[in-house]
Amino acid sequence: MKPFEYVRVNDLISAAGALDEKSEIIAGGTNLLDLMKLQVMAPDKVVDITRIPGLDKIEPKGEGLRIGTLVKNADLAADPRIRTGYPVLSRALLAGASGQIRNKATTGGNLLQRTRCPYFYDPEMACNKREPGAGCSAKGGVSRMLAILGTSEDCRAAHPSDMAVALRALNAMIEIRRKNGDTYQLAMDDFYRLPGDRPDIETNLKDGEIITAVILPRPVIGVQSYRKIRDRASYAFALVSVAAVATVEHGLIQNASVAFGGIGARPWADLDVNAFLNGKEPSAELFGEAADLLLTAAITDEGNAFKTTMTRRALIAVMSEVTGLREASVGSDRVGEIA
Amino acid sequence: MTVNGEERSLDLDPRTSLLDALRDDLRLTGTKKGCDHGQCGACTVLVNGRRINSCLTLAAMHDGDEITTIEGLGAEDNLNELQAAFVECDGFQCGYCTPGQIMSATGMLNEAAEGMPSHVSADLNDGVDLSDAEIAERMSGNLCRCSAYPFIRKAISSVATKEAAE
Amino acid sequence: MNKHLKMDAPQPRVLDETRQGILGKGISRTEGPKKVSGSATYAGDNHPDGMAHGVLLRAGITKGKVTGFDESAAQKIDGYVGLFHGPKFIRNNAQGMADEAPVQPDCEVHYHSQPIGLVVAETFEAARDAALAIKVSYDEEGALVDPKSAPQEDQGGPDVGDLEADMGRADVTVDEIYTTEAQVSAAMELHGSVAQWNDGKLLLQSSLQMLKFNRNEIADSLGIDPENVRILAPYVGGGFGSKLGIGADAVSAAIAARDLGRPVRVIMPRQTVFDAVLRRTETEQRVRLGARSDGTITSIGHDDLVSNLEGEGFAEPTSQASQFLYAAPNRKMQQTVSRNHRTPSGSVRAPGEAVGMLGLEVAMDELAERLGMCPVKLRLQNVPERDPDSGVPFTAHSLTEALKRGAQEFGWKDRKANGARREGEWLIGMGVASAARKNMLLPAKARVTLDGDKAVVETDMTDIGTGSYTIFAQITAEALGLPIENVEVRLADTDYPEASGSGGSFGASSTGSAVFLACQSIREEIAAKCGANDFTLKDGQVTAGGKTTALSDLLDAPLSAVGEIEKGQTSEDHLSSGFGAHFAEVAVNEVSGEVRVRRMLGVFGAGRILNEKTAKSQLVGGMIWGIGAALTEEAAHDPRTGHIITRDLANYHVASHADVPEQIDTILLEERDDYANPIQAKGVGELGISGAGAAVLNAIYNACGVRVRSFPATPDKVMAGLDAM
Repeated sequence: MKPFEYVRVNDLISAAGALDEKSEIIAGGTNLLDLMKLQVMAPDKVVDITRIPGLDKIEPKGEGLRIGTLVKNADLAADPRIRTGYPVLSRALLAGASGQIRNKATTGGNLLQRTRCPYFYDPEMACNKREPGAGCSAKGGVSRMLAILGTSEDCRAAHPSDMAVALRALNAMIEIRRKNGDTYQLAMDDFYRLPGDRPDIETNLKDGEIITAVILPRPVIGVQSYRKIRDRASYAFALVSVAAVATVEHGLIQNASVAFGGIGARPWADLDVNAFLNGKEPSAELFGEAADLLLTAAITDEGNAFKTTMTRRALIAVMSEVTGLREASVGSDRVGEIA
Repeated sequence: MTVNGEERSLDLDPRTSLLDALRDDLRLTGTKKGCDHGQCGACTVLVNGRRINSCLTLAAMHDGDEITTIEGLGAEDNLNELQAAFVECDGFQCGYCTPGQIMSATGMLNEAAEGMPSHVSADLNDGVDLSDAEIAERMSGNLCRCSAYPFIRKAISSVATKEAAE
Repeated sequence: MNKHLKMDAPQPRVLDETRQGILGKGISRTEGPKKVSGSATYAGDNHPDGMAHGVLLRAGITKGKVTGFDESAAQKIDGYVGLFHGPKFIRNNAQGMADEAPVQPDCEVHYHSQPIGLVVAETFEAARDAALAIKVSYDEEGALVDPKSAPQEDQGGPDVGDLEADMGRADVTVDEIYTTEAQVSAAMELHGSVAQWNDGKLLLQSSLQMLKFNRNEIADSLGIDPENVRILAPYVGGGFGSKLGIGADAVSAAIAARDLGRPVRVIMPRQTVFDAVLRRTETEQRVRLGARSDGTITSIGHDDLVSNLEGEGFAEPTSQASQFLYAAPNRKMQQTVSRNHRTPSGSVRAPGEAVGMLGLEVAMDELAERLGMCPVKLRLQNVPERDPDSGVPFTAHSLTEALKRGAQEFGWKDRKANGARREGEWLIGMGVASAARKNMLLPAKARVTLDGDKAVVETDMTDIGTGSYTIFAQITAEALGLPIENVEVRLADTDYPEASGSGGSFGASSTGSAVFLACQSIREEIAAKCGANDFTLKDGQVTAGGKTTALSDLLDAPLSAVGEIEKGQTSEDHLSSGFGAHFAEVAVNEVSGEVRVRRMLGVFGAGRILNEKTAKSQLVGGMIWGIGAALTEEAAHDPRTGHIITRDLANYHVASHADVPEQIDTILLEERDDYANPIQAKGVGELGISGAGAAVLNAIYNACGVRVRSFPATPDKVMAGLDAM
């Protein structure tokens, strides 16, 4: 770890004031310190925002909820409003990391966690994300954990978050505080950038901006499901994960929203796929066609080609549970009308 | 900060992890380093009653916090119930991951008592029944290469059952 | 007063005659309270005054020469002390029982991430930062890292009868290729050492398994007299082969500490443990089985390709168990070693059997399937009478009993046809495999001192989680008739008599025999003092000729004896092996191909069991390693540099709690191995893993009809099979 200046701030104004090009915010620190020890990240200044009051609340907002950026993953997963109205989010959180990490990792930090691409993690390997222009040693390397959608010639890293996949399916908005104190919201697809030729720039957050909250719209009635396929029964990153919500009315799918983890350069959603599903009668064939639509753009190599088949099978299974074609298993929960 | 009930004041390099501060500065070496990246759980301690990986946090961030390490549970000649259950059930072999397993289990039992669900809970809202599968999932952040897993869970379960009965 | 035994003939079963009744009992580990309270001290817990911190430098190329180190940036770091490198630095850990320095390559690099120097600083943070600040320049050479294309050496192997001809005429044959990926020990304790010098003598506190060899290895590396080295390793956080020989941490710490005149601690970061500690080679195995339609096996072939770096004498003995597990007149087992530039390979728990029995025992399942025969019956039918290679008889041999007992206890008769049992989207199946792990006796010494009714055991044996502290206390308490609390066991100090060390499952029985022999010598003295050959010892009292006397009254001075064991004729004219049977029930997810082990049972014959609790723990631990080998463990190598990509515990998947079922049980068969050693015990540390993974893999096939031959059977591989159906 390189030496850095440690600054603790007690309010957002000082936080924004303390931030500059070579600084990083620390909250849970579970990924930042992990990377700083390897010098994959080496900020000059670390701004500790954990003592800023008020950022760890979950409160009603419109018909939905506003989740403060410092809410811990464990607390978010256990919150009764999340469990009943947004169980897919609880499930995704609980599928991620370990009990210890969930007790520390925060909502904002989880959104900003970096890829687990092994070549990014190893300073001896060329990586455009770590060092723009250095080259991508993941290309031609071991690709099992890499993305197949949204990648570029310069980067094939996958976004590792489970939480963000559920948030994407829930059409969450990210609330950001500008340096001047105003706040604005970004949809997740506008928040995350695709790697293109600058994989080092992962989000559209600007200097001095801070994620202050995540906003959830009103709950989607029906079955919500998160399914994570991984190499170990627990405590492993996803090979493929699927988060889905939908309502079935008069035998037809409504409000379908599906997002994917383990396969995308960002928490992946395809609006064409959601649109394709809506208004149709649920069937395994339909879901298979949706998967084909999703995966037409997939770029794979020998080491991760299995992800297309796996995604397809997972999507069919998850949507079958969400639409009631199949009995719900653990990971699928029903959201009723909220009183 | 307060460590095992004792006020401790340290002047540290800001880079020092809580784990290194405990081990090298306070000489509380019961907390172990197995990976230094939050991947094994050997460094688990309680901060304000909740379990975390002490390797993945800066000591400087814990100014004013209450830290509990394995040394704070029970000494060799005065083991607490969970520690004694680990000995009785042979919940370890080499013993290196053990302090982390015990601290993690302590935190986990608190979480279960608060009704926090897990990845394997069939119903997110139906309270926690600490079955073996539930304990296993909740303890999966603690690796044990000797693979004493079934015996670790037996030890935890024996204490959980006792606590539930009380 | 000392007692030496060369194991030339079976010895009386003294420990069945003694009366204390403590040996074999599942008592809790005597050092347990220390371990659960955090007061057991492991190498890295030591922190002598004035200690400096070292971090190893890592080569950024696969092959070539280091031409220079640029320290300028490091020198600007606050607390930087210096850089150490040179001809005494070692390339990798010593192989087990090497007893001499491993390759010292000086400025040469032979594999990616090889330790090439040590950076020392006043604090760990400064040292870690400085290690990354040193710029290393190289002359890079091309390197072959793929075992298939690197130069290969034919190592030969057993070739009896005519395998090819018999395969041509056999009624049913199996001829398949099985592959396993590289694996690592991944002991939870990081490899680490604290070195300090005093009057030209090195005191090394290090995480090591075999101190008498380690002392010579470090002395040879440094070019000093072994007499000037003392090693302490009272607690070792797991070894599994990785700590058999000294590593770069020890040698570099010793060099730096000597030069600086102050203690130096070097603990490898987890990534370095992956990079620089000996791994288990990947294997490619061709297994050929030929049988008559009645299930009599007539041919067994087991060829393997493994890899290691030039200069390493070790080659994974992949077909070791295949050479004696089943009878067949035609046998051929050829080994080929590829000399590539990956992290060198060495012993990882059950070298040979751990991966070789995956190939053999899955092939056996395939043979049973093709014969239309029950896989348990096929195995039972081919249990040999004698060692098929040498023709010598086996010692205690419990394979048949283990298979029968296991089948009954596990409910094997309820096994359904492939794919016939379903619960929701989970397909359920059962699998079986045999277990075998050759038993060894190594030279060992131990001293026992009896003072009144209290005894002290001293030996440089380690306890790496294997229970040495406890079982030596039990042996002593049993042999001398003492309450266990009255026995103190002191281990892992090279000042004590030289033990076998921990490795190859021989530690408990070899060093335990030495402890027993020391006790025997003391028993003889007691007999002499009583003037009776017929006496009993119990609870600190001796009874002879109808008279009971307290030992403290009988003995006017402490009695001390060194026991010493070595192998002899019995290992020439008999083959001693642990045997057993594994049964597994798994659930395969028909969507994802994910596999969950639902229950396992292992039945084992391992001679006298010294402590039922710790023996079961080790066996279950081994079975869980089998789950890892079958399903999750893979050290993936980069195809260009050869370096390990999955070089941390997030990416190298050892089994987690959730991968292990509640029901994972063992049955220990009553057995005495009279030809093994004077305590009639055999090893248990590796028997549990041998074959365990194959039972899981065979259960996958029974569950869903997918036969995976490339291990581990990760979800993608199982799913591909399901998708093809």
